[in-house]
Amino acid sequence: MWLTRPLAERSTRTFLGVLFAALVIVTVLHVFTPQDSALHVSAYTVTLLGKYLCYALLAVAVDLVWGYLGILSLGHGAFFALGGYAMGMYLMRQIGDRGTYGDPVLPDFMVFLNWQELPWYWLGFDMAWFAFAMVLLAPGLLALVFGFLAFRSRVTGVYLSIITQALTFALMLAFFRNEMGFGGNNGLTDFRDILGFNLRTDATRLGLFLATGVALAIGFVICRGIVTSKLGRVAVACRDAEARTRFLGYRVERVQLFVFVISAMLAGVAGALYVPQVGIINPSEFSPLFSIEIVVWVALGGRATLYGAVIGAVLVNYAKTVLTGVMPDAWLFALGGLFVLVTVFLPKGIAGLVFKPKKAAAPANNPDSQEATV
Amino acid sequence: MSFLKELANRDKVFNFLIPEVSPVDVRHGPILYLEDVSVSFDGFKAINNLNLTIDDGELRCIIGPNGAGKTTMMDIITGKTRPDTGSVWFGSRHNLLTKSEPEIASLGIGRKFQKPTVFEALTVFENLELAMAADKRVLPTLTAVLNGECRDRIDEVLETIGLRNLRAALAGILSHGQKQWLEIGMLLMQKPRLLLVDEPVAGMTEQEMERTAELLTTLAGKQSVVVVEHDMGFVRSIARKVTVLHQGSVLAEGTMDQVSNHPDVIKVYLGEEA
Amino acid sequence: MGIIRLLSQLLLVCSLFWPGFAQAQVEDTEAQQLLTALADSSFAEKKAVVNRIASSGDERARGWLESFASNKLARIESSGQFIIVTDNRGRDWTVQSALTGENLGEFSRRDIDTVRVNNALRGELEDILSVIDLKSPDQSSRLTAARALKGSVDSALAERVPGLIDSEQSEPVRAALTEALAIYRVAEQGDLAAVETLSGSLNSQARAALQQAMRSDDPALVAAATKAMDSIEQKLTLNRAAETLYFGLSMGSVLVLAAIGLAITFGVMGVINMAHGELIMLGAYTTWGMQQLLPGQPGLALILSIPAGFLVAALAGVVIERTVIQYLKGRPLETLLATFGVSLILQQLVRTVVSPLNRTVITPEWMSGSVMINEALSLTLNRLYVIGFALVVFAGLMLIMRKTRLGLEVRAVTQNRAMARSMGIRATRVDILTFALGSGVAGLAGVALSQITNVGPNLGQSYIIDSFMVVVFGGVGNLWGTLLAGLTLGTINQLLEPWVGAVLAKIMVLVMIILFIQKRPRGLFPQKGRAAEG
Repeated sequence: MWLTRPLAERSTRTFLGVLFAALVIVTVLHVFTPQDSALHVSAYTVTLLGKYLCYALLAVAVDLVWGYLGILSLGHGAFFALGGYAMGMYLMRQIGDRGTYGDPVLPDFMVFLNWQELPWYWLGFDMAWFAFAMVLLAPGLLALVFGFLAFRSRVTGVYLSIITQALTFALMLAFFRNEMGFGGNNGLTDFRDILGFNLRTDATRLGLFLATGVALAIGFVICRGIVTSKLGRVAVACRDAEARTRFLGYRVERVQLFVFVISAMLAGVAGALYVPQVGIINPSEFSPLFSIEIVVWVALGGRATLYGAVIGAVLVNYAKTVLTGVMPDAWLFALGGLFVLVTVFLPKGIAGLVFKPKKAAAPANNPDSQEATV
Repeated sequence: MSFLKELANRDKVFNFLIPEVSPVDVRHGPILYLEDVSVSFDGFKAINNLNLTIDDGELRCIIGPNGAGKTTMMDIITGKTRPDTGSVWFGSRHNLLTKSEPEIASLGIGRKFQKPTVFEALTVFENLELAMAADKRVLPTLTAVLNGECRDRIDEVLETIGLRNLRAALAGILSHGQKQWLEIGMLLMQKPRLLLVDEPVAGMTEQEMERTAELLTTLAGKQSVVVVEHDMGFVRSIARKVTVLHQGSVLAEGTMDQVSNHPDVIKVYLGEEA
Repeated sequence: MGIIRLLSQLLLVCSLFWPGFAQAQVEDTEAQQLLTALADSSFAEKKAVVNRIASSGDERARGWLESFASNKLARIESSGQFIIVTDNRGRDWTVQSALTGENLGEFSRRDIDTVRVNNALRGELEDILSVIDLKSPDQSSRLTAARALKGSVDSALAERVPGLIDSEQSEPVRAALTEALAIYRVAEQGDLAAVETLSGSLNSQARAALQQAMRSDDPALVAAATKAMDSIEQKLTLNRAAETLYFGLSMGSVLVLAAIGLAITFGVMGVINMAHGELIMLGAYTTWGMQQLLPGQPGLALILSIPAGFLVAALAGVVIERTVIQYLKGRPLETLLATFGVSLILQQLVRTVVSPLNRTVITPEWMSGSVMINEALSLTLNRLYVIGFALVVFAGLMLIMRKTRLGLEVRAVTQNRAMARSMGIRATRVDILTFALGSGVAGLAGVALSQITNVGPNLGQSYIIDSFMVVVFGGVGNLWGTLLAGLTLGTINQLLEPWVGAVLAKIMVLVMIILFIQKRPRGLFPQKGRAAEG
C-alpha cells in the first residue's frame, strides 16, 4: 500500500519519532511541572509551538509541489487562508448569541453592516462536519479549477509562479471588501469554542497543539507515500524533463493537478488548525508576501526532502518570534537577507548541509535543460 | 432494474473500464502516413509539402543536411508541433493530429530524442520502470506495485543495453553513450509499434555503434523503426531503405546506393553547382 | 459734475500725448476724484459714477467696482486715501491702496469709512462688471467673461449683449455670447429660434434651459428642445467615452512605464527581478530628494530627477546583478526568490533611512491644472505629461534595442549566448548593461509616478504584480506587446471601474489575465519558432 510504505522507511520513522517525542515532552512539561518551575511550558508557548507546527504542515505541502513537481507556487497562502476561513466561519457560528449584538444567527460584523440574513455560502457552517469538509473542499476546489486551467495549457515555471501570486493577490483584494461577507478588513475573530470546548482554556489549547502534531504526522506520511510511489517518480520526471515524460505516455497535466490539489488540501488543513490557535483569520493571510515567505522556509530547510520543510518552517518562525520581539525593524532585513543567502549559497538548504542524500531526489541544477529556461 | 442488475454483474468488464487503446490497423500496409504536411515558424518553412509512408515492420533511415526538417518531422509525428496543413495517420485508424503527446505515446509510438533525455534525478532502474508499458493514469500509478514479472522484464532490458551493473546508479552520472543506451532501453520498455530514433549513435564508440546497429535491425520486423542519423557509415550498415530530406520535403528515396548516386543528393551534400 | 467730466476728458487728451503713460490707466488725481465722487454721492447718483468708472477704461476699475460691490472699498478717514480691505476679520483690518495696490498694513476699523453700497446697486454692478470684462482688450479675458455669462444673463444684460455680439471681432467670443443669449431666451422667453443655437452645446446651463423648455406648453418648442437635447446627449456620451479613454490611457501609460523596464530584464534577459518595484520606488525617492536639495524650484528638480532617477536605479540594478543575479543564471525560480529578498531589504532600508511615512513630492506649476477641450471634457495636465513621457521612454527604448550596437548585442546574447561570446561579444558586460538599462527605466517610471501617486516605501510593491501581468499579457520579449498590453489593461480597468468600483475592477482584470494566460500561455504577441519551443 502506498500509504504504509513510508512507515517502513528509516527516515520517516526517525521523523515521526522525533515529532511524537516532542509532542509528549511538551505535554508532560506543560501538565506535570509547576507553573514556577524553569522547565514549565506555558500555555502561551504551547500555542506558539502549535502555530509553528501549522506552518510546518504548510511548508510540507509547498515542498510537495515545489520540491518534487517543480511547481513554485507563490499562492499557497491562499489555500491556507481558505482553510482558515472555513474553520473561522464554523467558529463564528459557534459563538451563537454570545456576540456583542447578541444575534442568534448573524455574526457581529454582519449585524454591524445591517445585513438582514445570512448569505447562502454561510449556510451549513454551524455543523462541524460540513465546515471540516469545506476545509478540504474549498482549497481543493480552487486548486482543481486553477490547476486544471493552468496545467492544461502548460503554464509552468515562472509564468505559473507569477499567476499564482496574482491569484492570491486578487483573493486578498476580494476578501478585504466588506461586501464579500467575510468580515472585510477585520476578518473573523472573537471565537468562543470549538466542538464544545472553550478555546480559552489551557486544556483546549494543548488539545489543538496535539491535533496539529498528529495532522503534521499524517500529512507527512501522505506526502512521503506519494513521493515514494511510482507516481512520485513520475512527478520528479515531470519536474526534470516534462516533454520526455509526456512521450512516455504519462499525462503530465493530470499528475500535476493531482499533486497540486492534494498539496492545496494539506495547506487548507494547516490553515484550519492555525485559526483556532491564533484566534483570528483576516485577509492578510492572502498577502503575496506570506506565500513567498513559505517558499523561503522550504528553501532554507532543503527542497525535495519534506523533513527539511519542517525544519525550515520552525527555524524561520522561531527566529521571527525572537527577532520581532527584540528589534522589529531588523526582521525584514533578516528575512530579505535569508532569501538571498539561501538561494545563492545554500541551494540544497540545511538538509543538504547536514545530511548527504543517499538517493539524490534533489533536482538537478542543469541550466541547459529545457525546463530551466523561461 | 435490469440496468442495476447489469451493474452488479461482476464477471463482466464494463466498456468504460477498458483502456481505450485500440489496435493499430495496418491491413492496408503503411503504419505511418504523412501527406502534404507543411509547417512554418515566423515565415520560415521548416516542413514543406512533406509526403512520407512507413510500412509496417520497416526499418527506415532518414538523412538530410542540417535544417532539412528531420527533428520537426519527429515533433509533428509525436504531437509536439502541430502542422499548418496536411494530415498524419498512424495505421489507417488514428489521426495523429487530433491527439496529445501522451495519447500518441500510448498508441505505441516511442521516441528517442536527439539530445539524450533521461531522468537524471532517478536511478537507471527507475527510468526503465517509468517507461514500462503499464496503466499510466494517475491513481493506478500511485498504487502501482512492482511485481516479479515486471522486475524480470526490466532486468532483461538492463541486460540488453548493458547497464546491469549500473541499475542503482543515478542516470545523471551516466556517460553520454550510456544515456543513449538507457534511452533506447526506455523505448524497449514501452513496447512501441513504431520507434522514432533521433541520432542514436552520437557520442558512441565504434563498438557501441555496432551493438546499436545490431539492436535496431533485430527490432525491425516486429516493430517499425525510423532512424534519423548523420553518420553515413552507420546508416549504410543498417539501412534497407533511405529517405533524403532537404528543405522540408523529400528529395530522394531508395536504397543507400540509389540515393548516394542520385544527382540532386550529390548536389545538396557536396554543394556542387549543376 | 461738469467740471469733473471736462477734467477727465482733458486728461484723456493729455494722456494721448504722453507716450510713457499707459493708456489703460487714468491719472491718479482723476481716479481719486472718481472714487471720492462714488463715496460721497447719494445712492441715486452712484449709478452714474459707477458707469463713469466703468467706461474710464482703467484696468484698476474692475478691482474697485468688485471691492465696492463686496463692501471692501473704503476710505481712511484721516487722509482721505482710498483703500481696498483684504482682511476684515477682527478689530484691525489689513488694507492696500486702491490706487497703487501697495500694502498699507493694518488699520483700526474705526479709522476706516466703507464706501456704502445697496442691493439695487450690487445687481447693477454685476452686469457692469461683466460688460467691463467683455470690453477688455485682452481676447482671452473676454472669452472667459463671455463663458461666465452663460446662465447668468438677465433682462438688463440681454439688451446689451446683442450690441456686444455685433462689435465683437473674435469668433469664439461671439459664439460664447450668442450661446449665453440663447440660454436666456430659451429659458426665460421660450424662444423657438434660439433652441437651434443650443443644439449640440455642452454647457450644463444650456441643458438646464432646454429641460425647462421641454416642460413648456408649446408642443413645437418641446419638440425642438427634445431634438436639441438628444443631440447634446449624443455628444456627451462621446465626451464621456473620450474621458474614460483618457483615464484609461493615463493609467495604461503608468502601467507601461512600470512594466517596460521589466520587459527588458524579464522579457529580453529572462531574469525575474522581483525588486523591480523597489527600483521604481528609488526613482520616486530620487525625485523627492532632488526637491529637498533644490527647495523652491520643484520644476527644475523634477527635470534634473529624470537623469538622476535613471542613474540611481541603474546603479542599484548593477549592484543587484553583480551581487545576486549573476550567481543564479539559468535558475529563474531561485532568481525570483533572491530578488524578492532584495526587494524586502530595499523597502526596509527606505523605511529606516528616510521614514516609514509617505513623502510629499511637489508638482511644479506647469504640470498642475488641466487643459479644457470643451465644456464637458478637461484633461489634467500631469497625466497628460505622464502619457507623453511614457511614449518618449518607449520610443527611446525601441531605438536603443533596434538601432544601437548595445541593442544588437543584447539580442545576440539572448538568442545564443555561447555563439555571441565566440563572436567576441562580452556577454557579461552585455548582461550588466542590459540590466542597468532595465533598472534605469524603472527609475524613470518612479520619477513619473512621484507626480501622480504617494511616494512611500510600499510604492514598488503595489506595482510589481501589475507590471508582471502587463509583460506576461503582452508576450515576453516583445516591447510592442508590453505597450499594447499596458494601454489595454489600463483602459479595461477604467471601463470597469464605474460599474463595479476600483477594487473589483482590479480583481476582474487580474482574473481576466489569469484566464487569458490559460488560453494563450505566451501572451498577445508570442515569440514563435524553434527558440520558443520546449
